Amino acid sequence: MKADPKGVLTGAHYLDGDFSIAEGALAAGCRFFAGYPITPSTETAERFAERIPFVGGVFIQMEDEIASVAALIGASWTGIKAMTVTSGPGFSLMMENIGLAAMMEVPIVIANVQRGGPSTGLPTLTGQGDMMQVRWGSHGDYQIIALSPDSPQECFDLTVHAFNLSELYRVPTFIMTDECVGHMHEKVIIPPADEVELVERKWYEGLKDKYLPYKPDKDLVPFMVKAGDGYRFHTTGLTHDERGYPVINAECQEWCVRHLTDKIKNNADKIIKFEEDQTDNAEIVVVSYGITSRVAYRAVQMARKTGIKVGTLRLVVVWPFPEKRIHELSKKVKAFVVPEINYGQIVREIERSAAGQAPAVPVPHMGGWVHNPDDILKAIKEAAK
Amino acid sequence: MTNEKERFEEKNPMEGFLRMDRIPHIWCSGCGIGVVVTSFAEALKKSEIDLNKVAIVSGIGCTGRVAGYVKLDSFHSTHGRAVPFATGLKLGNPELKVVVFSGDGDIVGIGGNHFIHAARRNMDILVICVNNFNYAMTGGQVAATTPIQANLSTAPYGNFEYPFNLPYLAEACGATYVARWTCLHIRRVTKSIQEAFQKRGFSFIEVITPCVTIYARRNRLGDGLNLLKYYHDNSEIQHGADTRTLDISFQGKIIVGKFVDKEKPTFLDCMNQHLAKVLGDKYQSYGAKP
Repeated sequence: MKADPKGVLTGAHYLDGDFSIAEGALAAGCRFFAGYPITPSTETAERFAERIPFVGGVFIQMEDEIASVAALIGASWTGIKAMTVTSGPGFSLMMENIGLAAMMEVPIVIANVQRGGPSTGLPTLTGQGDMMQVRWGSHGDYQIIALSPDSPQECFDLTVHAFNLSELYRVPTFIMTDECVGHMHEKVIIPPADEVELVERKWYEGLKDKYLPYKPDKDLVPFMVKAGDGYRFHTTGLTHDERGYPVINAECQEWCVRHLTDKIKNNADKIIKFEEDQTDNAEIVVVSYGITSRVAYRAVQMARKTGIKVGTLRLVVVWPFPEKRIHELSKKVKAFVVPEINYGQIVREIERSAAGQAPAVPVPHMGGWVHNPDDILKAIKEAAK
Repeated sequence: MTNEKERFEEKNPMEGFLRMDRIPHIWCSGCGIGVVVTSFAEALKKSEIDLNKVAIVSGIGCTGRVAGYVKLDSFHSTHGRAVPFATGLKLGNPELKVVVFSGDGDIVGIGGNHFIHAARRNMDILVICVNNFNYAMTGGQVAATTPIQANLSTAPYGNFEYPFNLPYLAEACGATYVARWTCLHIRRVTKSIQEAFQKRGFSFIEVITPCVTIYARRNRLGDGLNLLKYYHDNSEIQHGADTRTLDISFQGKIIVGKFVDKEKPTFLDCMNQHLAKVLGDKYQSYGAKP
């Protein structure tokens, strides 16, 4: 399916990451935005509010982030594509209804322009400290999809991709960028509408009285209908059966929660995306994502000059995590070096995936600024010894 | 005269409106929620609106279970968030008639912030708030609506906090239709819901109901019948009453009636009118034109 040209601002632009997310959303056909202002993400909301009157859709500034996600879920049930944007403190407030979206299996897209935390932390300065929160933040077991753009161009591209994944798997999908990328201005090429590939939600087309909102299809993703189309279906945040009716017992919990997790787990190979460079004979592999991958690249170049064989693996999709690939690499490499703007979050996944075959060396940075490439270089040299 | 066979085949008159495969419901005997659901179903029937275009949203709690029993597009959302969920439904598809059906704890306790903002925006939704003066699902804790003196498990020596006066709150925040009844006023509740269905804008109907199992028991008020008798003897219809005067004291007088019924452009009306005025022909109008 091609994009509606009304939302696609085709051309070469000079945009920051936040604006590019808004443009990506409009190109992807997002016509509903409910949000609450928070630095450093507000520019996305501002851009959407400015552009949507000419495209046709709704921007509403809600009373808080809890309400924003509740509104997205309601809107998504009418068939409209819906998104919001936030940062740390707002992301914490969203967790309640992110759980509801996961449980109700509703496609919504949330961008988190990360800043330093915890609490109010560093409102105007960068961080990557919400990478585990996005995976585990709401209570109970469920899975989500999270992408991490490293440039304004990728903010555009991955926002379109996030909508596609969200629609395809009926799952809340996240764009986990950060203040640096959000506020970085770069050239962004927005392609013509007929080059923007979009995915249509899996609409149910059978008999009305036979519709089961949570009956998994072959790919485990159930078919969806729109509110107002006469199906008169029920959906709930309670543990439910295929009919969407609450069933409060261990058997139904087993089925329901396994389904929410397996839906993503079994499709992980199709969702996972990463970029590798020179990993074939590498002794060290630097694994990074978002802004940190650009900083790490400088360190990698310097290390290569000293003769160390360094490969890179940049996570484009962070969740689901490419554990198989990391496990394969762990058999060949001396060590992984993992710079992140947090005290060490994704490094734990690498350690888990490597399963003792190669160490995962964290290069933590508490936030406020990006790493000094020298610190990453030092870690590479140490690990290569 | 009906013979035995015909009587056996007689159907529940609400069958078309309820999910019969989910009955029996979870509510206690003597609870008033089912009575309000009956009034709601009756209003749907009398209004002759297309049931395919009505969506109902509940939050959490005893009344939060309503969405599960009503045969409409029905959404059982999170605690307190039914109103913003309904906002999303309404804005996503402006053709829908969206009803929030939930309890006092849900709508004005944890959801108070959402309630006041939806009323302020004049979001075109109907909010039916079943007020039983306590958090009943969790075993009877004090609520934002509990009258002073009433005894509840987290107010074991009686409540000393000032309760909300809900019609006053709704009117002050901008609601265009405000009514209060007790569940004894079955036909009047039905009529109010019918009227609200005809309105465009934020409509609010408070229905006071007995919670026999907890509220009545803890406060030694007797059974359901005793509470209905209390409503009968102590409620006074005062249409158009000043909403500032509608406080409810413990076992005191309950002023009921329709207090507000006015016209005002809705959120979408305002958005479309304003943006069309400012942006002219370039503006892409959204949803049904006012």
